[in-house]
Amino acid sequence: MAVKKQSFSDPVGANYEAIAQSASFRALIQAKKRFIIPATVFFFVFYFTLPVLTSYSKALNAPAIGPVSWAWLFAFAQFIMTWALCILYSKRAAQFDAIVEQVKQEAKEGGNA
Amino acid sequence: MHGLAFFLFLIIVALTLVITYYASKRTKTTSEFYTADSSLTGWQNGLAIAGDYMSAASFLGIAGMIALTGFDGFFYSIGFLVAYLVVLYIVAEPLRNLGKYTMADMIAARFDDKKVRGVAALNTMAISIFYMIAQLVGAGGLIKLLLGLDYVYSVLIVGVLMTVYVVFGGMTATSWVQIVKAVLLMVGTFIISIIVFAKFDFSIAKMFHEVKTATPLGEAFLNPGNKFKDPLDTISLNLALVLGTAGLPHILIRFFTVKDAPTARKSVVYATWIIGIFYVMTIFLGFGAAAFVGYDKIVAANPAGNMAAPLLAEALGGDFLFAFISAVAFATILAVVAGLVLSAASAFAHDFYSHILRRGQATEKEQMLAARWASVGVSVLSILLALVAQKMNVAFLVSLAFAVAASANLPTIVFTIFWRRFNTTGAITGMLVGLISALVLVFFSPNVWSPQPGAAIFVGEPLFKLANPGIISIPLGFVGAIVGTLVSSKKADEKKYTEIVVKANTGIGRV
Repeated sequence: MAVKKQSFSDPVGANYEAIAQSASFRALIQAKKRFIIPATVFFFVFYFTLPVLTSYSKALNAPAIGPVSWAWLFAFAQFIMTWALCILYSKRAAQFDAIVEQVKQEAKEGGNA
Repeated sequence: MHGLAFFLFLIIVALTLVITYYASKRTKTTSEFYTADSSLTGWQNGLAIAGDYMSAASFLGIAGMIALTGFDGFFYSIGFLVAYLVVLYIVAEPLRNLGKYTMADMIAARFDDKKVRGVAALNTMAISIFYMIAQLVGAGGLIKLLLGLDYVYSVLIVGVLMTVYVVFGGMTATSWVQIVKAVLLMVGTFIISIIVFAKFDFSIAKMFHEVKTATPLGEAFLNPGNKFKDPLDTISLNLALVLGTAGLPHILIRFFTVKDAPTARKSVVYATWIIGIFYVMTIFLGFGAAAFVGYDKIVAANPAGNMAAPLLAEALGGDFLFAFISAVAFATILAVVAGLVLSAASAFAHDFYSHILRRGQATEKEQMLAARWASVGVSVLSILLALVAQKMNVAFLVSLAFAVAASANLPTIVFTIFWRRFNTTGAITGMLVGLISALVLVFFSPNVWSPQPGAAIFVGEPLFKLANPGIISIPLGFVGAIVGTLVSSKKADEKKYTEIVVKANTGIGRV
């Protein structure tokens, strides 16, 4: 458990304007937006479809597999969706981390730190 | 029957006190007190988040609700889990990069204003204390049922223990109590689920088929609509569930216990797996209780169904399993209340005392002392409120806490990170409008007013018909933040926003 206190090697008082303008930082924000916004919209819609359908219709009460109705299948699908989006995010975030490293490196080299 | 349970309770108490003893030796600085010195690994923090999050309301409450109302109880399981996507995608990493000890740190990183910090701290304390009263009242009733101890003594025991963990062991002790609890809870729930599944010959079809006739609801048991009849109220509840978690202060402070944003992300991913597996198992708990304990017996023990899981354990495995599950429930309560005390105390000591009263001039020693006294103060206040609220039905306070978190905290967190024009006035109005609208709507709701004596706190017609305020108060929180920003003559500090965006996304310059 003893991960020791993290070193404060990050530059303090960096030139944030310059970093924000840099190509690599913009690429980071673009990459994040391209993934996070559609994924967030998707999971909100997917999530609220279930209570909306169960509240305003009985369509999901029909049996799907044996005695298990569509409502339960949809409910399980929410779990699968959550885990799948977790895995997907972790994979994407590895790419984000790589760009973050590049941004940090450039900030150091460019004297912005 | 209670002897064995009592013995297991004692073991848990002893174990947690040993943890606290070792933690107290490493808790000398405020960083150690508030964040365990940011030394937890992703796995440890993931378990601790799960341990902090899966309250007795989740464990006992959802099992009971599924047993009594079927599908509708499972809505809570889904909402509580999907909420972690909001945490993972939007909140966790920027929070770790911008904050130090509390949520208010993050907002204050952008708006250097004492008022913003003060209002954020007020929200944190309000949410933590509502949640805590619900936990303590539940704990009192539960320990009374399990051990036969008086309500007053039960609340005092839990209250004293949580105070000891936090005051002496700070975040280190709190985290490890949560980790131990998470493991016990997963093991206990897994054992019961496997036994239940075995009784249905490991066939999901058979399980669904048999519970269809097991309850007084009959065929309707498996269909939605037994508990939530009003569509607007159902959607309102789901909104608060899915958006609330990302604003819960005791969950947010868990991201300061790791060293950087990637570790914060990993801990959310681990927590999501653990919590998800747990909530899948709530079906086995609920269906098992419906089938093997029976509706009448569950309601006779506790009308809200809170005894469904312990009674199921007894029906399946006799005294030992009953005692074990009771002990797990007890550990669950301890872990959650410790987290709540710590979040409320950090808001008071770090935000109010150190930053506002002392203008950041307090010495390390004074800050430590303030943190410890704040923990004692929060504990005493919560214990007193729990004693007063003994006869009241306070289960709605958990949904109120989620509603306030979603309406007051989340809009401000989101706009702080994503909206260039957002300013101090907007942050303050957003937080206050969210808090006040949620409180007022709940005060006039069926949770507080019922024409039927004894069903709620006051007798009378509720002026606001929905049990959950979220569908009104969450948009109001966002609108409050937007209107506050637009009417304010203050210009947003563009340079500061640029800095925040860089920091939030890269961690550059983080202290």
